[in-house]
Amino acid sequence: MSETQDYEKAAASSPSSVAVFAAHDQGAVKRIQHALHQTPWMVPAIVLAASILVFGLLLGEKFFSPFALTLILQQVQIVGILGAAQSLVILTAGIDLSVGAIMVLSSVVMGLFSFRYGLPTELAVAAGIACGTFCGFINGFLVAVMRLPPFIVTLGMWQIVLATNFLYSANETIRAQEIAEQAPLLQFFGNKIAIGGAIFTYGAIFMVLLVLFLAYVLRQTAWGRHVYAVGDDPEAAELSGVQVKRTLISVYMLSGLICAFAGWALIGRIGSVSPTSGQLGNIESITAVVIGGISLFGGRGSIMGMLFGALIVGVFSLGLRLLGADAQWTYLLIGVLIIAAVTVDQWIRKVSV
Amino acid sequence: MQPILKARDLVKRYGRVVALDSCDFDLYPGEILAVIGDNGAGKSTLIKAISGAVTPDSGKIWLEGREVRFHSPLDGRHAGIETVYQTLAMSPALSITDNMFMGRELRKPGFLGSVLRQLDHKAMESFAREKLNELGLMTIQNINQAVETLSGGQRQGVAVARAAAFGSKVIILDEPTAALGVKESRRVLELIQDVRSRGIPIILISHNMPHVFEVADRIHVHRLGRRLCVINPKDYTMSDAVAFMTGAKEPPPEPLAA
Ligand SMILES: Nc1ncnc2c1ncn2[C@@H]1O[C@H](COP(=O)(O)OP(=O)(O)OP(=O)(O)O)[C@@H](O)[C@H]1O
Ligand SMILES: [Mg+2]
Repeated sequence: MSETQDYEKAAASSPSSVAVFAAHDQGAVKRIQHALHQTPWMVPAIVLAASILVFGLLLGEKFFSPFALTLILQQVQIVGILGAAQSLVILTAGIDLSVGAIMVLSSVVMGLFSFRYGLPTELAVAAGIACGTFCGFINGFLVAVMRLPPFIVTLGMWQIVLATNFLYSANETIRAQEIAEQAPLLQFFGNKIAIGGAIFTYGAIFMVLLVLFLAYVLRQTAWGRHVYAVGDDPEAAELSGVQVKRTLISVYMLSGLICAFAGWALIGRIGSVSPTSGQLGNIESITAVVIGGISLFGGRGSIMGMLFGALIVGVFSLGLRLLGADAQWTYLLIGVLIIAAVTVDQWIRKVSV
Repeated sequence: MQPILKARDLVKRYGRVVALDSCDFDLYPGEILAVIGDNGAGKSTLIKAISGAVTPDSGKIWLEGREVRFHSPLDGRHAGIETVYQTLAMSPALSITDNMFMGRELRKPGFLGSVLRQLDHKAMESFAREKLNELGLMTIQNINQAVETLSGGQRQGVAVARAAAFGSKVIILDEPTAALGVKESRRVLELIQDVRSRGIPIILISHNMPHVFEVADRIHVHRLGRRLCVINPKDYTMSDAVAFMTGAKEPPPEPLAA
């Protein structure tokens, strides 16, 4: 015992000044790394601003007009809404390959309930939304309760939902004109507000409001913190009092619900209800999420970043098209951005070491 | 005196490994009970069964005389049992404050909190800062810094502060000083005694015999998944305790009461 006391006495007489690390100067690179660790949407925001600037300089008025810039918003609205759903799932360290399929099935349900069964449009929309949420619930149940890997679950659901969509719709399209005449509510998100040359569709406005809402929920509510904790380390989350299963199921259900809204917005965007539309929704939404700096390993990133990621893709697509470049250049550059984004993510993670 | 926490015949198997082999356990009000045992003896499994993190295959647990069945760590926590797990159970990417209040977040008063569900970040931050200050952990610069940017010892300090701040009936510490420096270990030992003086009993798992013999009122010796004996640190030496726990020496015949 006396021995014990001795070595501790030595420690007790040490200076007790606080925050000794504070004075120590970090290099600029380290500071950037720390800043990115705190605000992971900064990279996509900078890339977005830079790409708008570059295309604006190259193309002038043609690109840098209210019309062209709001056109980008319209073109990314579907991917942006799906990306919001995808972000939630990826934050929990999952992935949802079925977002596009759920979107299309929900839009088909809305269309068929109105036209095949002659139900009031409001009811048809509600049915579509319920359908999307239910698909999300199945995903969530299989992931959270049956503990199957999200990749496999949603790969299966993607096929199942898509096949259901084709079987149920008999692969028939409901034409835009019919919808406009008989069920205009289905095209609600296609409505526009024009301010000068700028044209805002309801769908684009909805996308922005949805992202702002989710950013609030993720940052400011307990549920939001739990989503991050589950993605970060599910075991630690469970031990520190998070209901992991319930959180996961709610995330997948919310994802399905948002996909159904994307389906509604899709009708507004293309005018018709088409079972063959939106096939690339899953890949495009994952692209937006990754370029937006959300980590595929879960628990890191912000949904604002996803919006910037979607807009970056939109800016590149439109800018390169206006420049008359081959569309393949867009894909090539987006591929580069994806790999760069993941590299940055890995680098930011090293901040702790 | 009745034990505040009592367990009988706890069994937990992992495949063919028997982590708990009809294990008994007693914790009395206001005491510091140390649990010692070899690596893999089943100490962590025992306290997990008590805290709700693990559901035992069979056996019963009573808290304050009433039988309890916890299905999740949250159940144990609601019953007033707060635990520092050996793995610390922290979300690395989240802040110190987020981690301290995980699953028991404070919401803003009024409309913002009740309808908009908005968290009261300010209140949580000042509470977290106060608790870390009490533990002398203010080499932490920023209460909003991510836990993964803390050193291992700082992380352990945060976990201990969290348990001490919220435990109301029982506090369980699974090797709370394993990663701590000399000075920090001393603070944790002081904190343990401080918590006891508030009347809250503590279960302390540790491999550090000087620490165990300094603070413990009784020592539960765990061996091969069960309680081998309970000894009074005043009656035995550290070498005796180590000999019991490793099987080098037969345990005292009579189990020790309170
Ligand atoms: N989740 C698990 N899955 C399988 N086996 C486990 C699991 N948890 C514990 N065990 C086994 O149960 C036994 C007891 O483990 P436990 O962690 O309770 O030991 P311990 O006494 O806490 O050891 P230490 O001093 O090293 O922390 C070990 O043989 C271990 O391999
Ligand atoms: Mg252990």
